[in-house]
Amino acid sequence: MNVVVAKTETGRALSDAFAVARGRLPGTGQVADRRRQAFEAYERLGLPHRRIEEWKYTDLRTLMREAFSLAAEPDAAALERAGEAVRSHTIDGVRRLVLVDGVFAPNLSQTDGLGQGLRIRTLQEVLEDADSALQAQLFAPENSDAMVALNSAMATDGVVIEIADGAAPKEPLHVLHIASTATPAAMFTRSLLRLGNNAGVTLVESFVAADGVKAYQVHDSLIVSIGDGSRLDHVRLIEDGRDAFNISSAMVTLGAHAHFNFFNMTSGASVSRYQATIVCAGEGSRVETNGVNLLNGRQHADTTLLLDHAVPNCASREVFRAVVDDRAHSVFQGRIIVRPDAQKTDAKMMTRALLLSDEAEADNKPELEIFADDVTCGHGATTGALDESLLFYLRARGLSEKEAQALLIQAFVGEAIESIANDTLRDLAVSAAQRWLEARA
Amino acid sequence: MPAVQETVERVRRIDVDQYRYGFETLIESDKAPKGLSEDTVAFISAKKSEPAWMLEWRLEAYRRWLTMTEPKWARVNYPKIDYQDLYYYSAPKPKKQVTSLDEIDPEILKTYEKLGIPLREAEVLEGVVRKDGEDAPVERRIAVDAVFDSVSVATTFKEELKKAGVIFMPISEAIREHPELVKKYLGSVVPTSDNFFATLNSAVFSDGSFVYVPPGVRCPMELSTYFRINERNTGQFERTLIIADKGSYVSYLEGCTAPQRDENQLHAAVVELVALDDAEIKYSTVQNWYPGNSEGLGGIYNFVTKRGDCRGKNSKISWTQVETGSAITWKYPSCILRGDNSRGEFYSIAISNGFQQVDSGTKMLHLGKNTTSRIISKGIAAGRSQNTYRGLVTAHRKATGARNFTACDSLLIGDKCGAHTVPYVEAKNSSALFEHEATTSKISEDVLFYCTQRGLSQEEAVGLVVNGFVKDVLQQLPMEFAVEAQKLISISLEGSVG
Repeated sequence: MNVVVAKTETGRALSDAFAVARGRLPGTGQVADRRRQAFEAYERLGLPHRRIEEWKYTDLRTLMREAFSLAAEPDAAALERAGEAVRSHTIDGVRRLVLVDGVFAPNLSQTDGLGQGLRIRTLQEVLEDADSALQAQLFAPENSDAMVALNSAMATDGVVIEIADGAAPKEPLHVLHIASTATPAAMFTRSLLRLGNNAGVTLVESFVAADGVKAYQVHDSLIVSIGDGSRLDHVRLIEDGRDAFNISSAMVTLGAHAHFNFFNMTSGASVSRYQATIVCAGEGSRVETNGVNLLNGRQHADTTLLLDHAVPNCASREVFRAVVDDRAHSVFQGRIIVRPDAQKTDAKMMTRALLLSDEAEADNKPELEIFADDVTCGHGATTGALDESLLFYLRARGLSEKEAQALLIQAFVGEAIESIANDTLRDLAVSAAQRWLEARA
Repeated sequence: MPAVQETVERVRRIDVDQYRYGFETLIESDKAPKGLSEDTVAFISAKKSEPAWMLEWRLEAYRRWLTMTEPKWARVNYPKIDYQDLYYYSAPKPKKQVTSLDEIDPEILKTYEKLGIPLREAEVLEGVVRKDGEDAPVERRIAVDAVFDSVSVATTFKEELKKAGVIFMPISEAIREHPELVKKYLGSVVPTSDNFFATLNSAVFSDGSFVYVPPGVRCPMELSTYFRINERNTGQFERTLIIADKGSYVSYLEGCTAPQRDENQLHAAVVELVALDDAEIKYSTVQNWYPGNSEGLGGIYNFVTKRGDCRGKNSKISWTQVETGSAITWKYPSCILRGDNSRGEFYSIAISNGFQQVDSGTKMLHLGKNTTSRIISKGIAAGRSQNTYRGLVTAHRKATGARNFTACDSLLIGDKCGAHTVPYVEAKNSSALFEHEATTSKISEDVLFYCTQRGLSQEEAVGLVVNGFVKDVLQQLPMEFAVEAQKLISISLEGSVG
């Protein structure tokens, strides 16, 4: 129904926040214009709600009760708290880049000895610089999605990584988002990764809260371009605090014979949404996306993927696993588009949900949109409880109810986790899943 | 893999330019003035000599409709419909009061003969007169209700059905003769406020079929309705209401055709099914409205709301549809599985060619305990057509033990068409077990293994399994099209996509 969108309190509060924050946002001239256009688009669209098809299962009008004001630049105390968080979230052998409350923290990051072919700058630097090509890429996402538009308007900082042709930094890069604000606040970040031709890198993104930090809102976006013949391994871990709100968007473009291997695990945040658009723009490119949702309490987590096969001879695999306990709500929306010329596309998508409680909810929407005839595309979706006979088998062998369940759940999510190529990161994901299971028992 | 040659040829055979039912019958007709207003609604109601409560019901729907906007979410594109530029009522002009089949305008009878629909029951009856004690005749008989533009012109086998207690008559007669049943069930499955097209239908529906099967009765023959749009610029709005009382069974068939015309015609029907305890309704459709020519000119806009309510425990509703016609199809035959242990089924073959656009599927709403549903959908797109499957399966909190299996395959023939799948799977109950399959090799591994072990190829085995699901339903379709449809079902699954 075409009801005139009545603005909610939250929607209004966000508008006010922009007005207040405007002076603080980096970038002038064209950048400022783009921000204004993005904000106007957001104003027009309003907060996404269930009548907008893409947001059908994640109605922000009801899930986002209030909008917090833009987080202040972290003070000494905030950085202190963040420092402690860094210690407990350090991954060995990985280069750390830390954003505290949406602002790059150089003292907590490792930016020395980058080596040839790797350049790392902050979003602030790039926006205040005169590199208009990079700025155009940073604002390339269309303003058709309200939350992406809002992010374009409000992004305060982020990390801009450029990897030259043929370069392949050995150390994975870890962008660590830490919420350290003393009062409830919102953070808007935008990062960019540009991989040249025949290059390769591993990127980890994780979202955590410092000790004692309760309510906060993360609005993040990531823009990735993968050059011809390059490979990106990307791991995301949403381990936000239990009162947090996380809306993240990603736009990924693959060149010819490029390879994108992606893994996302959501175990934190009270309301979270990850929306990604992945475009196979070069022939022979390959995409593997894997996702795991581990939810309990009243968590709500939404993964929305759009895979666009724009050219022939590309392959994609999507695997999604949701484990939903208590009154949690897991959403998976996967859409595969095969454009008219994209012959010989091979696309598969499998989503499975495991409901552990009678009040849990899992919604799956695996969509196929196919305009080419010589393709093999398929999708599957299942929803159900743990198999009683398998549980019985394990119980008969002396395992407790919880142990048996844990073992089966581990196997259930294992298929998605084992796709992570990097051993350290795979172990990290496995132990994160284990921690969740232990907390359950 | 591209489609095999055999499949390509079969689809070509039903190509839009070879539409066989495109002739027009020249008869005088009686029309309501063009346009839609409260007066039009009152005119239709008066034409049907309806009681006051019915007029009030229609007007309420009309007023509601004025506040609604056309749904836009389906993947179909068509120019805006001017609802004031349509005739909402058109009836073949009666030469005099019709009392028997012989007095019906011979042109209309000829039309139905051309369509291969047996309205002359006499000959059929002669052959099957039976004495007491004799076995039931082997010959299959079908009771037909023929709807020509806005009115029902003939209903056959009325007397014999009456003996069994089955009421089968035009809904306009039922409103007069069985107001208690109509009042109780009309709008109880598809409320007048349901959606734009259903609301429009509630306001202006002119005729349709009404079926009531009393408790414990197995309807002695197939019931069927043939819809024919003949008049120019006419919208056809029929309404079908079928009630299967406790422990009864009925199988109902529906066929539709229309003449070839360059302008688009609107068809917005509503079908409501109610199955009480232990009852079963089998509803089959062969939809062959004029699809427009190969340039995309003309054709029927088919906006249909079909819904079955498994109201009683152990009830069952099965939808079978073979969709080959219409320029635009917007149709989601659904099952509300309210009664415990109730079962819903949806078997569909949707074939689109030329410039046809199909957005069709089903909804299975699991509300009762141990409810099961099965969805088998096959979409075949050729030419420049767009074929979308859109389906919803949902289990509510209290629907423990809900079970669904969905398989939807699409086949693309040519590189100018599109096939899309939009399933919504919503589980709010941990004991609900939902499977959505698009990969044919996974339908049932052990059955496939059994077949392949006996020398069938994987593909033949899949064909066999799929055929087994639908065959018995399709075989009961009385038109020669059933043969065609069955061939289509056996289409090689080679090159199919989810």
